[in-house]
Amino acid sequence: MAPIIQSTQPWVEKYRPKQVKDVAHQEEVVRVLTNTLETGSCPHMLFYGPPGTGKTTTALAIAHQLFGPELYKSRVLELNASDDRGINVVRTKIKDFAAVAVGTNQRKNGYPCPPYKIIVLDEADSMTEDAQNALRRTMETYSKVTRFFFICNYISRIIEPLASRCAKFRFKPLTEEIMSSRILYICKEEGIYLDAEGLSTLSTISQGDLRRAITYLQSAARLFGSSISSKDLISVSGIVPAEVVEALLKACKSGNFDLANKEVNNFIAEGYPVSQMLTQLFEAIVEENDISDEQKARISKKLGEADKCLVDGADEYLQLLGVVSITIQALCNMPEGFAY
Amino acid sequence: MLWVDKYRPKTLDHVMVHSDTAQNLKKLVSEHDCPHLLFYGPSGSGKKTLIMALLRQMFGPGAEKVKVENRAWKVDAGSRSIDLELTTLSSANHIEMTPSDAGFQDRYIVQEIIKEMAKNRPIDTKGKKGFKVLVLNDVDKLSREAQHSLRRTMEKYSAYCRLILCCNSSSRVTEAIRSRCLNVRVNAPSEEQIVDVLQFIGKKEGLQLPSSFAARIAEKSNRNLRRAILSFETCRVQQYPFTDKQTISPMDWEEYVSEIASDIMKEQSPKRLFQVRGKLYELLINCIPPEIILKRLLYELLRKLDAELKHEVCHWAAYYEHRMRLGQKAIFHIEAFVAKFMSVYKSFLIATFG
Ligand SMILES: Nc1ncnc2c1ncn2[C@@H]1O[C@H](COP(=O)(O)OP(=O)(O)OP(=O)(O)O)[C@@H](O)[C@H]1O
Ligand SMILES: Nc1ncnc2c1ncn2[C@@H]1O[C@H](COP(=O)(O)OP(=O)(O)OP(=O)(O)O)[C@@H](O)[C@H]1O
Ligand SMILES: [Mg+2]
Ligand SMILES: [Mg+2]
Repeated sequence: MAPIIQSTQPWVEKYRPKQVKDVAHQEEVVRVLTNTLETGSCPHMLFYGPPGTGKTTTALAIAHQLFGPELYKSRVLELNASDDRGINVVRTKIKDFAAVAVGTNQRKNGYPCPPYKIIVLDEADSMTEDAQNALRRTMETYSKVTRFFFICNYISRIIEPLASRCAKFRFKPLTEEIMSSRILYICKEEGIYLDAEGLSTLSTISQGDLRRAITYLQSAARLFGSSISSKDLISVSGIVPAEVVEALLKACKSGNFDLANKEVNNFIAEGYPVSQMLTQLFEAIVEENDISDEQKARISKKLGEADKCLVDGADEYLQLLGVVSITIQALCNMPEGFAY
Repeated sequence: MLWVDKYRPKTLDHVMVHSDTAQNLKKLVSEHDCPHLLFYGPSGSGKKTLIMALLRQMFGPGAEKVKVENRAWKVDAGSRSIDLELTTLSSANHIEMTPSDAGFQDRYIVQEIIKEMAKNRPIDTKGKKGFKVLVLNDVDKLSREAQHSLRRTMEKYSAYCRLILCCNSSSRVTEAIRSRCLNVRVNAPSEEQIVDVLQFIGKKEGLQLPSSFAARIAEKSNRNLRRAILSFETCRVQQYPFTDKQTISPMDWEEYVSEIASDIMKEQSPKRLFQVRGKLYELLINCIPPEIILKRLLYELLRKLDAELKHEVCHWAAYYEHRMRLGQKAIFHIEAFVAKFMSVYKSFLIATFG
């Protein structure tokens, strides 16, 4: 028989805080929920904010702390985008779960066990508007015996009637300081050496997303051993090396279309993500001293358009070529618009 | 067996290109807590080869004993149930599939299969629990919904199932998924590396391969290793012993696109547009992907055009390809590009030559 590879948790899971008090940097929600642990009272909640800032972690932690492992299954329903959450599911599954009565308030095995159930709707921004509307009624009908936790990245995708029924908490991107201290903690636990430069690189490239930082750290540790440098982290992060960005910019400055086209072809063959290139090209151009504001504006406008097209699924080569073409035209002060 | 399959390296120690990556992957498996992986890079660069070798490293030769199945799922979606069918390739320890083949219902496939795998977790005699690997091809073609539904699943079931995702265009994979994976970039091999692979195959086949001829095949392949090996085999069939001057014929469809480019440079008229439409249909019927046609057409045009016009034409190519992505009928947008080109080119001719 084929050997079985023993599974161990990825670090992201291993270092997911189990208690609300261990969630870093989100003081406001931690304060409210600490209060909940004491009094048992809890409003409907809406957590929103960028990826990897602790939303799912917080919701799961409070649910576990309120009910403990024994009651968890019967009291907490977690639905995320991997479950079908069409309008019918909302009608049946959530109703069925909410409708079964719970006993009165009694502490069990040291857990508060307040007399309601919790329904966690993770990634709620991917629910259809119809399904969200169907939820309104359900929320009202069972408001005595259920608490809803909505979690999303974009609050604008949650319909107003739902949002207004909840206490809203914005999860902030983690600061570099907090990131650094979490990362150092993990390094210590895992026996990894990361120098100061590496640490600051990791905090910068993860842009406030701790999940990303942990994934990069684990990847680098697996690939390059227990001593990790800044370069190792860059190579696992999908960031385009600075030389490559410079080479493309230089080709644009030459004003030679064919040369620039060749550079674009090369870039695509190297397999870097074009969306990442656009971000870095933007940073490079904004910082460049010998490009005028007007030229910068013209290029930035095109970068924005191309980025949108990529999100729509447009071809990476054609979009980058389009950006490069406009950059050449801007740098050579060719008139805007088309001649023919 | 075709040479591309016959000479596909089977183990991480035997790959001829990307050997650094291969060694890194080996380290990754030796520690048992490997994260989810996302392989990305251009077509024919060797992603699949690395993934297969990686699976073998994980599970031994058993990973190659795969069976192809046409599997059907019945997915319960509230009031109705949806029937889905998809081809899967599976061994005792892994399943491979291309969920985007299910079209807009790809989301259900992704949801079902992972939960199913979580239920049938492999357990060995000592009661130790293992994980299975799910290989998903073309994740850049997955719908947004399917990508969203992967997010939490990747976390929730991470103890049961590791994902290996594979795609060409990583910009189309959402940030949320990319940040949950170890990203493995597989760049296109350089021309020199391609020559080495060709020489290796030549030697194994007992052929005399002049180095200048090998270099020409590599150059024409556009750094696509699969394509280089395929055209090497074609040349072998066409003429052996090889000569330095031997022609390397381009693919039929490329010649066809080249003809279209000449057609529209020669005459810009509704009649010509009509003729070109027939040719475009022909290409589409033969399953050449529309964006490949458009890019090739641009390539041909850029070779012939005046520097002055290049900016304008590449702008319109990008413009119509984007619209094609949003729309449903590819032919409309390719044709619109051709018409636009004719109009631009004609104005240019009139302005220049009167
Ligand atoms: N505030 C935080 N304090 C401590 N650890 C955190 C925090 N935020 C994120 N993490 C770490 O990052 C991982 C991912 O966090 P989590 O799943 O809570 O993110 P999320 O906000 O739900 O993101 P998404 O919007 O992508 O679902 C956790 O496992 C944990 O290790
Ligand atoms: N590391 C390697 N060493 C030698 N030959 C290789 C290597 N990788 C790939 N090849 C050859 O190149 C061919 C194409 O590689 P592969 O199928 O892995 O490409 P791919 O990246 O999956 O492409 P696509 O994106 O088009 O599916 C293989 O059939 C094999 O013959
Ligand atoms: Mg989450
Ligand atoms: Mg492949």
